[in-house]
Amino acid sequence: MHKLWVSAKKEFWLLTRDMGGLAVLFLMPLLLVVTITLIQDNTFKTIQENKIPILLVDLDKGEVSDQVGNNLMESRLFEIVREESEEQAQNLVQKGEYQLAIILPKHLTRDLHLKIDQNVSGILAQFGVEETKDGQELEIEKKEIRLYFDPATQQSFKSSVRNNIDKMISQIESKSIYKAFQEALGEEEYSPIFDTKSFISFTEIVPNTNKKEGIPNSTQHNIPAWTLFAIFFIILPLSINMVHEKNQGTFIRLRTQPVPYATVLGGKALVFLVVSLLQFILMLLLGVYLFPVIGLPKLDVAGRIPLLMNVAFFAGLAAIGLGLLLGTVAKSQEQSAPFGATFVVILAAIGGVWVPVFAMPHFMQLLSKLSPMNWGLNAFYDVFLRNVGFGEILLEIIALFLFFIATTVVAIIYNERKNAV
Amino acid sequence: MIQTDQLSKKYKEAEQYSLLELDLNIHTGEIFGLLGPNGAGKTTLISILSGLIKPTSGSFKIDGLDYASHKKELKQLIGIVPQEYALYPSLTAYENLYYFGSMFGLKGPSFKTSIQEHLEILGLQKFAHKKIKGFSGGMKRRINLIASILHNPKVLFLDEPTVGVDVQSKSVIIEYLKELNARGTTIIYTSHHLNEAETFCTQVGIIDHGKLLCLGTPKELIQNEQGAEHLEEVFLAQTGKALRDYA
Repeated sequence: MHKLWVSAKKEFWLLTRDMGGLAVLFLMPLLLVVTITLIQDNTFKTIQENKIPILLVDLDKGEVSDQVGNNLMESRLFEIVREESEEQAQNLVQKGEYQLAIILPKHLTRDLHLKIDQNVSGILAQFGVEETKDGQELEIEKKEIRLYFDPATQQSFKSSVRNNIDKMISQIESKSIYKAFQEALGEEEYSPIFDTKSFISFTEIVPNTNKKEGIPNSTQHNIPAWTLFAIFFIILPLSINMVHEKNQGTFIRLRTQPVPYATVLGGKALVFLVVSLLQFILMLLLGVYLFPVIGLPKLDVAGRIPLLMNVAFFAGLAAIGLGLLLGTVAKSQEQSAPFGATFVVILAAIGGVWVPVFAMPHFMQLLSKLSPMNWGLNAFYDVFLRNVGFGEILLEIIALFLFFIATTVVAIIYNERKNAV
Repeated sequence: MIQTDQLSKKYKEAEQYSLLELDLNIHTGEIFGLLGPNGAGKTTLISILSGLIKPTSGSFKIDGLDYASHKKELKQLIGIVPQEYALYPSLTAYENLYYFGSMFGLKGPSFKTSIQEHLEILGLQKFAHKKIKGFSGGMKRRINLIASILHNPKVLFLDEPTVGVDVQSKSVIIEYLKELNARGTTIIYTSHHLNEAETFCTQVGIIDHGKLLCLGTPKELIQNEQGAEHLEEVFLAQTGKALRDYA
């Protein structure tokens, strides 16, 4: 026990002597969480508040194109810049000056009305309200609204814009159909017989087992994900610390002393666990006190702190286990640093930090179950967003703890075998 | 104190044995000088005897205990002063000694007093709370030595303990090693300083290509080598003048 305590003391001395390293260890994760939350929150705000300038080429000059233009402006998503030529609009989008150009084709209003009139007359004739027209119906060419996207535009933005425009056109078509029916039935326009407002609406409800109120905000989503990412980044300084010991020769001296490798690792684990918990506490403080000051949603930790500390403790242990294994196996900083950094990013990717697991391909979903970051993230989301109790996160906590045990045991066995006498 | 039986070592990618069927008997209280050119097998032998590497074949005993079955007890009996400064540069001299001493199980006020005494004997008490990274080569060598003897080992292995140090530091180190030996510590020492070995060692073994070429007191070896007046002439006669560059 004395040897373990002194080992931890030595690790503490080493850490506190490197003030630059210590600052990086604490400040970089904070910077990461602030930056990511600001970006994600602002992306959300961009769509809600900041209008995206887009080009509108109106070759129709009719009622439908006016309505499209008005709806786009009313949607608060876009700032409409009118352009006369399709070619010019295409060039501007190609150069990246605009992300999108919408081209409304010639005779859109006229042909839409013609087509609707044709369909309405056909239906009414079948009901005997109108006389059947003899002869062939006029062939109306299908209309195409062309969308030019900047090649750099992401697929998710394209899909969102396409869906919005599609919805808008459908509404215009529906209104036109209702109007055509009304006219055909001889009703006055000022006394509508059809209610053209949407009959079906949506309400977002957050299922909540503990009956606590509150809708999760971007901070509640970001803090757990990026805190976990930062906690796992501890494998870098930890493994580098171990590689340094090998290069300095101190590790060779330790091998000649009557001290088990487990004790050496234990001292490191204790100190780095405290570091990861301090990192976590700082992140929480940041979310609670700094985020509201810089215009980000406040982190709600009320009633959750004991459970959150539990998850952070075991997530920290899992990260430390990985760091101890990497530090044991790596022979140089050139091996441990790039491998450690890349591996954490991979674990984060398959763990669902960037893309939700449900949105991944089936194989990746299976693979994500192997990522300790996924176990930690699920446990954090359970506590932060689903308001569960300890029982519901027990499995994830056990998995994280077993991961720590497994990686540490492998590190000890590897060391014993490599240095066996 | 130390007996090796047909001790051999061949590294994985090496073509030749670094140590070949070495039989050696080092008695209690000796200052044994293990001499040889670069690549002769000196560091390999010390590394095996201190438990850092595994012999390919053969066995050895220290103080009657077989290393393979008494690893923990033997680690407590021996001290190793490695060739490089095996110290934490960002820790102070005291912190380094406190840490490495504690790993031998030392604790309490007597341990702390012992650190201070050793620092004083080797002229470093003023620098106890200074970081190692600011120390000169000679100062680092002395701390390196203290870190290996705080637990009063029965056997002390020193791999070139005076390399790269000034005359004053060398003199302090040698005098202190003599004092340790007088108190009963058996010393096994490698060096390229043959004049130093001639006066310091009670017994010398010259090895080359992993084999023991000759063994005896420095005086005996000089007498047995025709025309030799110093150990250096014996050394050259035994190992030849060919350069020993290797990579």
